[in-house]
This record gives sequence, structure tokens and C-alpha cells, in this order.
Amino acid sequence: MISIRNKRLARSAGGDAVVFVFLLLAASFTALPIVFAISNAFKPLSELFLFPPRLFVRNPTLANFQDLFMLMAQSWVPMTRYLLNSLIIVALGTVGNVLAASMAAYILSTRKFIGANLFMGMVVLSLMFSQEVTAIPNYIVLAKLGWIDTYAAVIVPAWGSTLGLYLMRKFIDAMVPVELLEAARIDGASEFRTYWGIVMPIVKPAWLTMIILMFQNLWANTGGHFIYSEQLKPLPHALNQIVEGGVARQGVGAAVTVLMMILPITVFVINQSQIIETMGTSGMAN
Amino acid sequence: MSSVAEVTTRQTGRYSLRDRLVRVLKQIYRDRECYLFLLPFGTIFTLFTVVPVIMSIGLSFTHFNMLQPARFIGINNYLRLFLEDDVFLIAVKNTLIYAAITGPLSYLGCFVLAWFINDFKPAVRAFLALLFYAPSISGNAFMIWTYIFSGDTYGVVNGVLMHWGIITQPIQWLIDPRFIMPICIVVVLWMSLGTSFLVFIAGLQGLDPQLFEAGAIDGVRNRWQELWYITLPQMKGHLMFGAIIAITNSFTAASAITNLVQDSLTTDYAAHTIVQHLQDYGTVRFDMGYACAIAVVLFFAMVVCQRVIQKLLDRMGR
Repeated sequence: MISIRNKRLARSAGGDAVVFVFLLLAASFTALPIVFAISNAFKPLSELFLFPPRLFVRNPTLANFQDLFMLMAQSWVPMTRYLLNSLIIVALGTVGNVLAASMAAYILSTRKFIGANLFMGMVVLSLMFSQEVTAIPNYIVLAKLGWIDTYAAVIVPAWGSTLGLYLMRKFIDAMVPVELLEAARIDGASEFRTYWGIVMPIVKPAWLTMIILMFQNLWANTGGHFIYSEQLKPLPHALNQIVEGGVARQGVGAAVTVLMMILPITVFVINQSQIIETMGTSGMAN
Repeated sequence: MSSVAEVTTRQTGRYSLRDRLVRVLKQIYRDRECYLFLLPFGTIFTLFTVVPVIMSIGLSFTHFNMLQPARFIGINNYLRLFLEDDVFLIAVKNTLIYAAITGPLSYLGCFVLAWFINDFKPAVRAFLALLFYAPSISGNAFMIWTYIFSGDTYGVVNGVLMHWGIITQPIQWLIDPRFIMPICIVVVLWMSLGTSFLVFIAGLQGLDPQLFEAGAIDGVRNRWQELWYITLPQMKGHLMFGAIIAITNSFTAASAITNLVQDSLTTDYAAHTIVQHLQDYGTVRFDMGYACAIAVVLFFAMVVCQRVIQKLLDRMGR
């Protein structure tokens, strides 16, 4: 039933059973509302407002999706444009953050220099300051730069997201042996070569995780006050407006939820399977 | 590494200001490559995090309604916060209850689940990870809870309870002050298998398998011993990361509540937290100076909490 990776080292059947039951309970708690959301998306209106409510759909229909696509087709900015905006923001924001944060994390983790500790301390502290009150000063900074109502207003601040730096730092500290760095230095590898060719492949699980987190974060971004031109707005903004039509749009809302989940879930699954492959092939630690 | 000038100053034991400055500049010049690596992130971080945070701290000493220029009023915001604002004290109490329950539980949950699924075959593990991570993956999937706890008879909980005859009248789950807080805690816990969970999975995957083989030879008999003697000490950095996430999430869980109740205010302030207090003043009452003061207080509370956890983690495995 349970396959053990660690070649059955220090594992008992009783323990496995306990683990399995625990996982089953936890999974039903976390997955239930998602199952419910998917089921709702395929419910006809009569079942959506059924009393008592049913978890699973009895007469599945694509009506909610048809309604949604009809509403989307009526939008004066084509839906494909919203999607393109979202993809640009997500792709550039994520790649930029991974590169900037991992470079900084690499140097902070492997070298000692004046200001390094101060910088790291500021990064950790900033994680604990409420985003709510920095939103207005942030807007002022962006306005001074003249970036309001451009993609850059969302993309560039994402590059400086501190969570990724902190995460990379912890992984480089834990996974990259000092001897390896010394060997690279003796062999005359440049700082950039060590970072890109040696350290980044080792900490692949870390930046794969960063990609998931950043992708999701930016995928949900509506542009807010930073992007106000309709043709520059990302997809969630357009879909939210459709859903806000009221009670009658409940079915459409469920369809939107499911539709918006597809891409993050795909990225998540690909990413998670990559993490596993890295470990199977790297052999760095051996 | 040290230059001749440096050695001579050290020998004479006198550090003139000029010497020290020269030494620092020399070190900075020597490490110029380091600063180059730090430059892209550092610039953006400074512009979009450090500057806004400093501006917010500055604003906390002013009266600022976002329309008129900020007016300096010293520590009046802080005095008002602690001496006059009764609702703030309710918010502090609620935040502490939230943090005390959701923080440790979600932290433990993230680690235990990541550790359990780490034993499975890759494909199974990816699937299980998806099931647990599902609540975090879609921005608004948790809106389904408003449907489950809907106050009318169409709500799932009301529907089921009435069907079984346990209650005859639908309960206003998200309005009745007795139920808001527990429901919010359940929803926050449900959403808590997020960032830390993924980081723990990645961290566990990065552990050296040889350690476990060596452990088995050295007499580690079961998974719990393996956890205590091998896994946990190796995961210290990741655990600290998870702790920071747990602190920030549990202290700022308010956004989930705001979305759930669809209002930043709850009946009788039953689930009112510091962040909601902050949102109330910042976005509803346009009293930004006061909101900033609340943010500063919240920040210090989190820093204290983080320091305590750091101390505890440092002690582990010694």
C-alpha cells in the first residue's frame, strides 16, 4: 500500500498505517472544498440552489462554462488580451525575482562582506511589516518613477520580493558544502560561474518552489490601483467583473474558479515532479 | 588579505577615524563583486520595501488623511492607541488568540504532512502534495466556505443540520459573534498548508540519503528517532523559515476573515484583529497616520515573537 523511498529504513507497518489514516483525514479536509468547487462548476442552476445541498453534481452540465464564454465574448477588450497581460506579468515577474533573489542569496550565503548581515537582517524584518500600510508609499514611489499604469508597476516590485531571497539563502546555507565552493575557487571559477554552474543546479528544489509561489501570487494579481487602463489589466480583473453580476452569476463564478485553477495546478504538478527528478539524478551529495 | 597599513595601525593600537574609513573603503573595493551581485535585488528592495517601510514609520508620527499634507503630532497616535482605543485592545486579544492557535498548529501541520508524504513514491507524493496544497493554489477557492457557512437554508451546514432535525432555524454562522471566530480559525488552518509546506517538502528532498543509512547502522530504530536525531537537526534553517512564515501568517490572518465575512468588521468585533483594525483606519476612515502606528506596533510584536522562536530553535539538537 505504501511504498517507501528510504528502502524501508526504520519503518514499521503499524507506523505506516497510522500515517496513512492521518493523511487520509487531512486530505479530505483540505481537498473537500476544491472538490465542491469543481462539482459546483458543472451543476445546473436548479442543483446550485438545492435544499439540502448536494456535494456531488447529479446532472452535470457545461452551461456554466457556456455562459461564461458568452459573457467573455461580449467583453470590449478581447479576453485573449487580458490573458496576454497576465502571462507577461507572471513570466517576467517570476523570472526576474528568481534571478535577482538567487544572485543576492548566493553572495550573502557564500561571502562575508561589510553590510551583508545588515542587509539580511533588513530582509527578514521586512517580511514582518504589514503590506497594507506600505501600499500608499509604494504607490508614491511608483508614481515618482512614472511607472503607474504600465506592466512595470506590477512586475518590477515583484523582482524585489523578499520571501524568495530568504528561501534561497536558507537552501544555499543548508545544501551547498563549503568544500565545494573552495574547490571551485581554487579551480579559478569566477563568482558568476560558481553561482550559475554549481550552486543553482544544487538548489533547484528551492527555486522551483519559488517559481510556484511567485507564479501563483502574480497570477492572482488584478492590477489594482497600479494598472488602470482596461487593455493592460490582467485576467483576474476581467473575470472578477463578470462574477460580480450577482446571485445569478453563481454558476459562472464557480466556472471561473475552476478555470483560474488550471494553470497554477499545471505549474505546481510539473514543478513538484521536477523537484523529485533533481534528487534522483544530481548525486551531488554522494 | 590585510594590507600593510592595516597591520601597522593594529600594532600601534590607535585607530584614527581616517584610517578606519580607508580600511572600510578598501574592504568594500576588494569585495566589489559582492555588491555587484547584490545590486539588482538591493536596488528594487530598497525602492519598493525599505523606502515605503521608512515612510510608513515616519507617517505613524503624523496626522495624515491622504488628502491634506501630513501634520506632525509626535507620539499622539501611539498614546491614543494604547490609552483611548478600547477596540484596539479587543483586536490585540483576538490577534493573540489567533496567533496562539493557528501559528503552532499550522507550523506543525506543514512539517508533519511534508515529512509524512516524503516517504511516498514521487508520483504519489506529487498528488498528495497537490491535495494538501489545493486550498492555497486558487486565489478564491476558499470563497466556497461562504457557501458552506451561508446563513440561509442553502448553506451546506445549515442544510445538513436542518435535514437531520438538529436545528429548526438556520444559524447566521458568519454574523453570530459566537461562531465567527471558530469558523475563521478553521478556514485559516485549512489555508495554512502553503509556503512553509512547500519549503519543507523541498527541504526534506534535499537531505542526504547517506545520513539515514548511517543512522540505521548506528541504531536508529524507528521513524521518530530518525526524525529527532537526523531530520530535525538537518532542517534547522528551513524550520526557521517556516517559523517566520507561521508568525506573519498567524498575526495577519485577517485578510481571510475579511474575505470570508465580506467586510473588514465583524459583529461586536468578535473576530476583530490588529490587521483589520489597521484596514478599518487606513482604508475606511482615511486615518493613515493612525493605521501606520498600528502597523509599527504589530511589527514589533512579530519581531519579539520571532526572536523567541529563534532562541528555541537554536537550543534544538544541542
